[in-house]
Amino acid sequence: MALPPSRRPQGRPAPAPGVLRRIDDFARLAFPGVSTAFLMVLAAAPIGLPSPVFAATLPCVAFWSVFRPAAMMPPIVFLLGLLMDLLTLAPLGAGVLALLALHAVALRFRRFLVRQSFLAVWLAFCIAAFGAATLFWALHSLLSLRLPPLAPALHAALLACGLYPAIALVLTRVHEAMLQAENAP
Amino acid sequence: MIRLSIPLRQALARLSLPLMIAAAFGVMLLGKADTLLAERLRTHLSDALSPIYAALAEPMGAARSLVEEVRALATLREENALLREENERLRRWHAAALALESENEMLRRQLNFLPEPAPAFVTARVVADGGGTYARAVLLATGPQHPVRKGQVALDERGFVGRVTEVGSRSARVLLATDMNSRVPVTLETSRARAIMAGSNGARPRLAHWPEGVIPVEGERVVTSAEAGAFPAGLPVGIVRLSPQGAPEVELFARLDRLDAVRLFDYGLQGILPPESVARPEPRAGRR
Repeated sequence: MALPPSRRPQGRPAPAPGVLRRIDDFARLAFPGVSTAFLMVLAAAPIGLPSPVFAATLPCVAFWSVFRPAAMMPPIVFLLGLLMDLLTLAPLGAGVLALLALHAVALRFRRFLVRQSFLAVWLAFCIAAFGAATLFWALHSLLSLRLPPLAPALHAALLACGLYPAIALVLTRVHEAMLQAENAP
Repeated sequence: MIRLSIPLRQALARLSLPLMIAAAFGVMLLGKADTLLAERLRTHLSDALSPIYAALAEPMGAARSLVEEVRALATLREENALLREENERLRRWHAAALALESENEMLRRQLNFLPEPAPAFVTARVVADGGGTYARAVLLATGPQHPVRKGQVALDERGFVGRVTEVGSRSARVLLATDMNSRVPVTLETSRARAIMAGSNGARPRLAHWPEGVIPVEGERVVTSAEAGAFPAGLPVGIVRLSPQGAPEVELFARLDRLDAVRLFDYGLQGILPPESVARPEPRAGRR
């Protein structure tokens, strides 16, 4: 690769943030989206159980939307929703909209939720999960023009409520580690 | 990387959510407009993900077998109790069988009973269903070295199948008990009454000509009878079932709809042999 000969910088440029530092920042930024996508792919693995993709996605998106909205941006939520639609055989767009709605609600109440205890956040998440599942079901029925049974959607919401503490426990650790890393230097 | 002013960036951040929601509706429309698109995307995605799942297959299999193991352990106790009970019952039957065998032996000794010779048999593969003169018949592949002859009795692993009616040099045809032309002399095992089992081209042959005063009972075992010297006595045939109209029929032990090999027993009986249905040219003298 030949470097362009012109534009030789005049004087020494300001020391850029180190490569390691940049990689670190980028990893922190990318971690929520990538980890959520990875978890979804794992959850979609065929193990003979009813697919827990929806239930595994909701807690991750809600957690990161509340505690680290800079990393869980709407475009990332959009892509995660698309991935969910593709993994769960739902009509395209249903999961995207459900996740975006969850994200919007989480953003709207995040200032209030960040200060609350874990139990209160869990309770709020349960309500939001049921809302998201109902929205998902409604969009599903609207897009496929027939009424799928409501029970699986509610089961998925219940499963999401049950998975939330386990996922939030791990993610809280990660989040605290990230905060420490950001505040350290 | 494009440098943007802070207010512009904030405005973009604020706009991105409504933009993404609009895009979600766009995706919905796109998915409705082109239904194959989602299928294609899914195929690409699963193509990309299949190595991951292939790598996961081993630990997932282990996890699944662990779950199965736990489930099996949970049912082990009641299964054990069930098996113990069944074992007890079988042991009683075993004792009864031994007692009956010794009694039988003793009675035979006292009566000077002529023992029957163990019949010779060959096993032949069923190669074709139907065809030929009869509606319910199967074709067997027999080698030229096997001495198959007309009138041999065909049984599968469960019971009576039919009788050999035509013999070629490499094949033999067996008329099944369900064919309309099949008439088999049978004995009802509990009442020892003789009857004729007549095929009807259906799955269950009918019973006919049982003696007066005897009524075939549902569930009674039916075995062949040695009447007319066409069959040996006591081959298992089936169970009496009453049709919806109340006519007694025989549910055969043999599974005639999925025959793959039958045993041809030669009892040396010459009672009634089926007529030559196809005039076969005599083999030329020079060949012999």
